[in-house]
Amino acid sequence: MSLKDHSSILFRESRPDEGLRKAVGMKRVDIITAVRESGLKGRGGAGFPTGVKWNFAALAQDTVKYVVCNADEGEPGTFKDRVLLSEKADLVLEGMAIAGRAIGAREGIIYLRGEYDFMRRHLEQVIASREAAHLLGESILGLDGFDFTVRVHMGAGAYVCGEETALIESLEGHRGEPRNRPPFPVNTGYLGHPTCVNNVETLALAARVIALGAEAFAKVGPASSTGTKLFSVSGDCARPGVYEFPMGISIEDLLREVGGEEAKAVQVGGASGTCVPRKAFTRRLAFDDASTGGSIIVFGPGRDMLRVARNFMEFFDEESCGQCTPCRSGNRVLLEGIGKLEQGCCSLSHLQELQALGETMQLASKCGLGQSSPNAFLSIVEHFKDEILARQGA
Amino acid sequence: MLVLEREGLGRRIDEICARHGRNRSALLPILQELQEAQGWVSDFAMQEVARHLGIHPVEVYSVVTFYAFLNSERKGRFVLRLCRTISCDMRDKDRVARQLEQELGIAFGQTTADGRFTLEWTNCMGMCDQGPALMVNKQIFTQVSPQGVHTILEACRRIYGLYPERSEDDALVSAGALQVAVESQEAHA
Repeated sequence: MSLKDHSSILFRESRPDEGLRKAVGMKRVDIITAVRESGLKGRGGAGFPTGVKWNFAALAQDTVKYVVCNADEGEPGTFKDRVLLSEKADLVLEGMAIAGRAIGAREGIIYLRGEYDFMRRHLEQVIASREAAHLLGESILGLDGFDFTVRVHMGAGAYVCGEETALIESLEGHRGEPRNRPPFPVNTGYLGHPTCVNNVETLALAARVIALGAEAFAKVGPASSTGTKLFSVSGDCARPGVYEFPMGISIEDLLREVGGEEAKAVQVGGASGTCVPRKAFTRRLAFDDASTGGSIIVFGPGRDMLRVARNFMEFFDEESCGQCTPCRSGNRVLLEGIGKLEQGCCSLSHLQELQALGETMQLASKCGLGQSSPNAFLSIVEHFKDEILARQGA
Repeated sequence: MLVLEREGLGRRIDEICARHGRNRSALLPILQELQEAQGWVSDFAMQEVARHLGIHPVEVYSVVTFYAFLNSERKGRFVLRLCRTISCDMRDKDRVARQLEQELGIAFGQTTADGRFTLEWTNCMGMCDQGPALMVNKQIFTQVSPQGVHTILEACRRIYGLYPERSEDDALVSAGALQVAVESQEAHA
């Protein structure tokens, strides 16, 4: 497997189910407090504090609640959840059970992207063996009333379903079109019940937080972004793969580790992230600087950045759910603009109009897809204007 | 469609719906199972599913047409999906694409006249560190070279000889068997 072991939290040797065993002896409120004090933030990319989310879900009044593990890993350049689920499925399920106890849910669902169908059997086997070992099912670890079951639900090939409300729509058997928020899923989620949707990596880390203690976890990384992060590294580097580094690592340090020192730019956060040029490689990978759900794509000196921009815009043009106009039409117009740039017939004033359109999309789109889809285009235009405009008149 | 075929499909849909439960949340699992067994979801199948779940057929149609892995049109026995997203693009997915088109004699978006192969693009499938990635039905192949394309297609043809029709457990047939067939091809080469 492609996992590079710089283990500190997720991949270090540890006693199995240490977190779950501790959680059984803790009060629900203490579990949530520990997660909140650890400073753990959502690892899917948005970075919402996990303890706060769990607290909302715990406070919601309902007899039926759900924990959903978001394994619809679709961001271009991201494959950490694939590695985590194939190598550490037990840890993810442990985290789900802990979340279930914390918020008072008895049912968990893993929403697995359709492309990862090859992992389904493995996951179901791990679920079955954990049920046999009383780590899932009824009266987990002998604790009366701690019941939690997990099932796998397959996605069917739609990037937008990684957005939590679209994911819930999909679970309910609808088109994966995002909902208005509020109401948030922690109050009104799957089938109208409070639902806590967490990324695969977040759940695994939550289990480690309970095992190690909030303080030990918070000691790793800067105060704004505690703990470690899995980075999926691909593109022009000697050693692509999944790496675990403390949050706050600089881009140049990461590039040294993966053998990508020659890079002229790095795409941080996938197609919906930003393109960071060489002169800014001192930036840190953290929620308050260059934020990422884990995707790091390295561009070597010879790469044509306009081709990169085209690739990303084609992606969004196809994956927009089409529900709101800024996203549905905006992505198409930006893609057409790239066509003009390629032909060398885009005036600077038209380019400025495209940039203004991108900013409008960031503000006016309904969900994270449309709000972030112009990011790559805007940052590439900003940092590589010379390269892009050089084609004019060619 | 022959009356007998229609009755058979109707019975199968009834059985699938009974197993997953006749409620809206079961719609995707039901459609996924039909897709798996039939290779597509026909108008008749959509109407039947709608009837069982008590919803309008257009609701089912809207779902089928939303998701990339559900098809309202008949596809080939083997659906080949090549990743076109950036990391695979930088690893020369264009050469693999050309080789696929040449070997099959069709362009992307088309199905071969014999109904065996459909060629499509797909977006990032999470194999970015091992590109170019190619998905054949549910089996993913990584680091595919233009030469590897030939090996994979030959393996598909051998599987086709053994299992020309889709079946209940097509994932087993097309995935497991395909991997074995490719490995044995490589061993002979």
